[in-house]
Amino acid sequence: MTEPFIRFQDVSLRYGGAAGTLAVSGATLDVPEGGFASIVGPSGCGKSTLLKMVSGLVPATTGLVTVAGKPVTGPLGFVGMAFQNPTPLPWYNVLDNVMLPLRIVEPYRSTFRAKYDEYRAKAEALLEVVGLKGFAEKKTWQLSGGMLQRASLCRALIHEPALLLLDEPFGALDAFTREELWGVLQELWMARRPTVMLITHDLAESVLLSETVYVMSARPGRIIHGEDVPFARPRGLDVMYQPDFVEMVHRLRTRIGDARAEGLSVA
Amino acid sequence: MLSNRYLIKLFPLLFVAFIFLAWELLVILTGIKSVILPKPSAVFYELFTKFPLIWPHAVQTLYTTMVGFLGAIVVGVLLGALIGSSRLAYEAFYPVLVGFSSIPKVAVVPIFVLWFGVGTVPAILTSLVISFFPIVVNVATGLATTEPELEDVLRALGAKKRDILLRVGLPRAMPYFFASLKISITLAFVGTVLSETVAANKGIGNVMMVASANYQTALAFSALLLLAVMGVILYGIFALLETRFAGWSQRKNDLALQSH
Repeated sequence: MTEPFIRFQDVSLRYGGAAGTLAVSGATLDVPEGGFASIVGPSGCGKSTLLKMVSGLVPATTGLVTVAGKPVTGPLGFVGMAFQNPTPLPWYNVLDNVMLPLRIVEPYRSTFRAKYDEYRAKAEALLEVVGLKGFAEKKTWQLSGGMLQRASLCRALIHEPALLLLDEPFGALDAFTREELWGVLQELWMARRPTVMLITHDLAESVLLSETVYVMSARPGRIIHGEDVPFARPRGLDVMYQPDFVEMVHRLRTRIGDARAEGLSVA
Repeated sequence: MLSNRYLIKLFPLLFVAFIFLAWELLVILTGIKSVILPKPSAVFYELFTKFPLIWPHAVQTLYTTMVGFLGAIVVGVLLGALIGSSRLAYEAFYPVLVGFSSIPKVAVVPIFVLWFGVGTVPAILTSLVISFFPIVVNVATGLATTEPELEDVLRALGAKKRDILLRVGLPRAMPYFFASLKISITLAFVGTVLSETVAANKGIGNVMMVASANYQTALAFSALLLLAVMGVILYGIFALLETRFAGWSQRKNDLALQSH
């Protein structure tokens, strides 16, 4: 069996020293290379923390997090991240924001000036895919929140990362934009096959997009359930209305309901 | 009917003209002696007639102030970047800097004169030493208050501290930086004139001191006026630079104008 791309082995994280809050407790999960895993769970259970540990932004307190077989000791150069807030840099226009990773990450960084036109074309192509054609020169405050989130997705993908980490990227979007971007994300994933880890509170989204859905318990979070999604690719929006899809979402919802109740009763 | 934009630009000029008018009227109505408060018309007269006399001194003051100010910018940005990006430097250097800045510079000028002689060098140094602190404070504050979320965007890509400073920290601190420049440019003039008043044979400070000593108050005032004008021109230059480098932070004003 090939080594999983992302592996959590009994990982715990405590914020704020020995007396601090235990955010994650004994999380164990695997994501294969080119896989798509979603993590769902009640609010505050430590989902975002898991993502931060994979990206190297925050070190695990105990346990081992490995990516591509190596333990994570700091930020990796082949990661694209999109957060809940799109956080554009306001001194750049949209295009410069999208091209930002190319100024930081090799091999793009050293060839940035030489291949500027090529990279610019790439950025503009990505913007077009997410529906922002013609917005490259705009200032960031001229875009709505949904549009900024689309640009943020482009920024996460421009440097063709092997690992894509998404922290509730569609949470603040309206239903139609969300559905549109689900399609875009699936398309991009099927074309480039990065390994994706998606944090979401939308169960339907997790079942629609991923290969495997993991359910986390209430804080301190641990993985209490993992389920492979059986539906064939590519998955159109119609599949969301099929009975077995609805049943799976319902099953997951019950699991989470139990986890929340547990969390409330413990607290 | 003049559009809003032009009215806003014209307003400072109108306001200044109004002040001069009020001043003139005040002197005429109260009959105050010209030795104590000359009329603006007398001040302007002195300015025009004695211009060839005053001008070389004005150039000297402008030159020393600019050199001191630019030096203050270099020192201010470097120190500010150091203090704002390192917790250790922040804790260690700030108290020292505050202590140093609390020393009245008028006390420092004689020491500079002792070390470097009379004239240009103490003026430049005083100007630098008096005006760099606001720049340090503002750059450090701009950097220290940078939202971690903005930095995370780059950190997740594996960016080094230097990258984060240059691509996120410093651009983010630009509005603060330019705000401090407005304070610093005025302080830079104060420093130069201070030094010239104490120990120099050239410069506007020197002119003012000599004129006051000879009760030529109108001449002193005209030197003051020239100083003020130079300050405003420099301010204008930096305001233009600010639009270029920190314009992104002031979108509120833009929207307000557009709503007309």
